Amino acid sequence: MAHIKLPEGLPGIRGPMAFRPETAKPLNELAEVLLRSENSLSRGERELIATFVSSLNNCFFCQNAHGGIAQHYLQCDLQYIDSIKNDYRSSDLSDKLKTLLSIAASVQNGGKQVTTEQIEKAKSLGATDIEIHDTVLIAAAFCMFNRYVDGLGTWAPQDRNIYVERGPRRAAEGYINFDLYKQ
Amino acid sequence: MPHINLPKEYPGIRSLFIYRPETAAPLNGLVQQLLYSPHPTLSQGERELIATYVSSLNHCKYCSTIHGAIAKHHLHNGNVVEKVKANPDDAPISKKLKSLMKIAGKVQISGKEVLPSDIEAARNEGATDIEIHDTVLIAATFCMFNRYVDGLATWAPDDLEVYDRMGKQRAEEGYLTPPFKIKS
Repeated sequence: MAHIKLPEGLPGIRGPMAFRPETAKPLNELAEVLLRSENSLSRGERELIATFVSSLNNCFFCQNAHGGIAQHYLQCDLQYIDSIKNDYRSSDLSDKLKTLLSIAASVQNGGKQVTTEQIEKAKSLGATDIEIHDTVLIAAAFCMFNRYVDGLGTWAPQDRNIYVERGPRRAAEGYINFDLYKQ
Repeated sequence: MPHINLPKEYPGIRSLFIYRPETAAPLNGLVQQLLYSPHPTLSQGERELIATYVSSLNHCKYCSTIHGAIAKHHLHNGNVVEKVKANPDDAPISKKLKSLMKIAGKVQISGKEVLPSDIEAARNEGATDIEIHDTVLIAATFCMFNRYVDGLATWAPDDLEVYDRMGKQRAEEGYLTPPFKIKS
């Protein structure tokens, strides 16, 4: 049961967003800019960073909701998403994206954990300043979203396939013009 | 030195807002709503104290100093700011705000640290659902801002007078007006 009285039947972040539309608006605008707007990092790559950080924060709802969207963009299966969460270094991701994931993991731990060596490595592999900036902010933003979702004790469907099935529609509708009440 | 090429005449998150206006807009919209817009019960000063406390737990020099300065301007009291940073339980704040600070401190570690007993303790001091919601979201938001500011190694001035001027601006104008330049 959630810690406060939220509108019923809405999973994860949807409950608090329906409870407090004043804060839902900038939160959704932030997600839209970071994860969906024009960027040299693909939508799939950015959703993967969000999924990875949510997994490090052990947030069931966020890692599955964003994992489902990433899976749709990357046209992969659930096992692939899980393999990234468990050991991205051994995956077939590009070296640049692996380095960005290592920066995201440092941010999850604390902003000061990001080292000059990590940044230099990312730049040597072709990462731009904007890509580094956006990686840090996506990671930081999910340290917020994850705490928001879990700090209010929201509920989440436990069947992971539900998130996979919803991935394509979530990807298509985006983070601004969607109906909170439509599952 | 910052990890990326940021405008040098702005410190902390201000340099990031100038660098990337696309993300600055929703971030400022969020902080404006959480800390500045009218709230049914929590004052601007109380909300800034929560932001200051969480930033201090995250050892973010820029955020804890600037939000401490904003809180000081709202509350006309610098002593309470320092006491909250040291330990909210010993600070001259209401029991309700102390119970909300406890929740904020747990969110700083992880959302899952917040227990039903923490919520019950806050309710026993009169905390409402909106107050609990906003406390959790302010704490979560500063876990983002602190990581953003430190994760890109932005510069934080040492001169407290600079924070006092920036704090006065935000306490008076809110978060939607442009920042002024500062000599580094």
